[in-house]
Amino acid sequence: MLGRRRSAGRDCDAGRQCDPAISLEAVVVEHDGLQALEDVTFAVPSGTLMGVVGPNGAGKSTLFDAIAGVHPIASGQVTLSGAGRRREALAYVPQRDSINWRFPATALDVVMMGLIRRIPWYRRPGRQHRDVARSCLERVRLWDRRGALMTELSSGQRQRVFIARALAQDARILLLDEAFSGVDVAAQEGIVRVLQSLRDEGRIVLLATHDLTNLAQRFDQVLCINRHVCACGPPAEAFTPDVLEELYGSHGVEFAEESGLSTRRRS
Amino acid sequence: MIDHIVGPFQYSFMVRALIVSVLVGVMCPVLGAYVITRGRAFMGDALAHSVLPAMVAAFLLGISPFVAAVPAGIAIALLMGSVARRTGISEDTSIGILFAGLFALGLVMLSKATNVTVDIEDLLLGQVLAVSRTDVLASLVLTAVVLAGLYAFHRQLVYTTFDPVGALVAGIRTGLVEYVLLGLLALVIVIGIQAAGIVLVMAMLITPAATGYLLARRFVGVMMIGAVIGAVSAVSGLYLSFHADLPSGPAMALVATAFFGVAATGSRRWRAATREGVEVAA
Repeated sequence: MLGRRRSAGRDCDAGRQCDPAISLEAVVVEHDGLQALEDVTFAVPSGTLMGVVGPNGAGKSTLFDAIAGVHPIASGQVTLSGAGRRREALAYVPQRDSINWRFPATALDVVMMGLIRRIPWYRRPGRQHRDVARSCLERVRLWDRRGALMTELSSGQRQRVFIARALAQDARILLLDEAFSGVDVAAQEGIVRVLQSLRDEGRIVLLATHDLTNLAQRFDQVLCINRHVCACGPPAEAFTPDVLEELYGSHGVEFAEESGLSTRRRS
Repeated sequence: MIDHIVGPFQYSFMVRALIVSVLVGVMCPVLGAYVITRGRAFMGDALAHSVLPAMVAAFLLGISPFVAAVPAGIAIALLMGSVARRTGISEDTSIGILFAGLFALGLVMLSKATNVTVDIEDLLLGQVLAVSRTDVLASLVLTAVVLAGLYAFHRQLVYTTFDPVGALVAGIRTGLVEYVLLGLLALVIVIGIQAAGIVLVMAMLITPAATGYLLARRFVGVMMIGAVIGAVSAVSGLYLSFHADLPSGPAMALVATAFFGVAATGSRRWRAATREGVEVAA
């Protein structure tokens, strides 16, 4: 595949630094006067595939909004370094319900959206833009489905189209919100493989999910949040029984023990 | 037969009416494609009704009501956009309050305007046979402005319509794009009111676009097919209006609705057929 052959960072444009990094320090985010995130501190180095785990309402989407700069933070600091301007460097793979599925867009239309900041308003997309879109769709193995409407694609294919859009934008940081909801295990595998190849190029991928299955082996790091950071680190270290209980109650601990996620019990 | 089609154009009012009908028929569905995919039909209807007081005031002052409706329409569109964003009340409720209040104000002004004869039926139901030279010129200018706006903002409009959150993250000023769309919508509604009237401009805005939505695969196709069907509906409505002495709005709306009915019965079959084709191919 196109991207696999590249080694980390070699595809960087001249003048753009190659190693993105995210760091949050004591970030507080308020939603309608209530604290949605309290004192969130963590850092993500370049070339990291990080799972963001927490129950519904834990603030995963809010955290992404804060990193993306579309939700104001009440205090603290969000720093994106080495990635150029935030608008170009960061891409968002949306949740399924934030998309307007009434709008008849083809896979190729969606990938072309990723080029919006590179084409001036008075120009039509040219050949070089189509070539970029093509290589991005080929990379997620969907070029032959370019003419399909998004509603005609499976959930997993849709997610791959959105990842291709992020690639067209040449994002160094990808935020995927609930990318696995409604996606079957085989298709999850395909998405993870693409994400791993992005990580190998030095990009940062954050993927929010409330689904613990399949998570441990796939991600370099996990961030467990429930309004505050419960744990952050490699999955084997982060998923302690205490953390799982904090996230999901006793049910989470049982589940983790059954699936072999966690065996250490501190008490 | 030929005489029925060509004959009316010996009258210059009929030529003016034809120009405006085509503009209405094309422009309403082009904007309407956004209206239906964004679920903004109610906003469109509300905007049309809300310009009534401005149009009545223009009548009383002896100005062309359609020209007066331009600034009024834009102001109301921006007001509706911001009211919907800021109040704690749900968007359709706040739009409904403005719409009903302004329409009521227009009706009160009409009933008190005793010294000027305002033909209320023409305002509400449209009378394209009565458009003046100024109205035609104004419509041409508005059409040019709307087309330029749609061209310049096409990619932003598409992005924000399909994926508003992603567009915001990508640095698109989604608020500005929303206001631009509302402004363009106001202009198109003003063009449309001349032919279809305040009450039925909504039919030209959404019905041909919805027909296009049934028949076309991609968004630009929705606009194109909508524009063709809109133009055919508007011109047919114009003939009906001339020969059968009908108000033009209802005549155009009925033709457009008939097209939609045909497309809806035909398209279910078409969709099912293509779906089978896709499954066989896969």
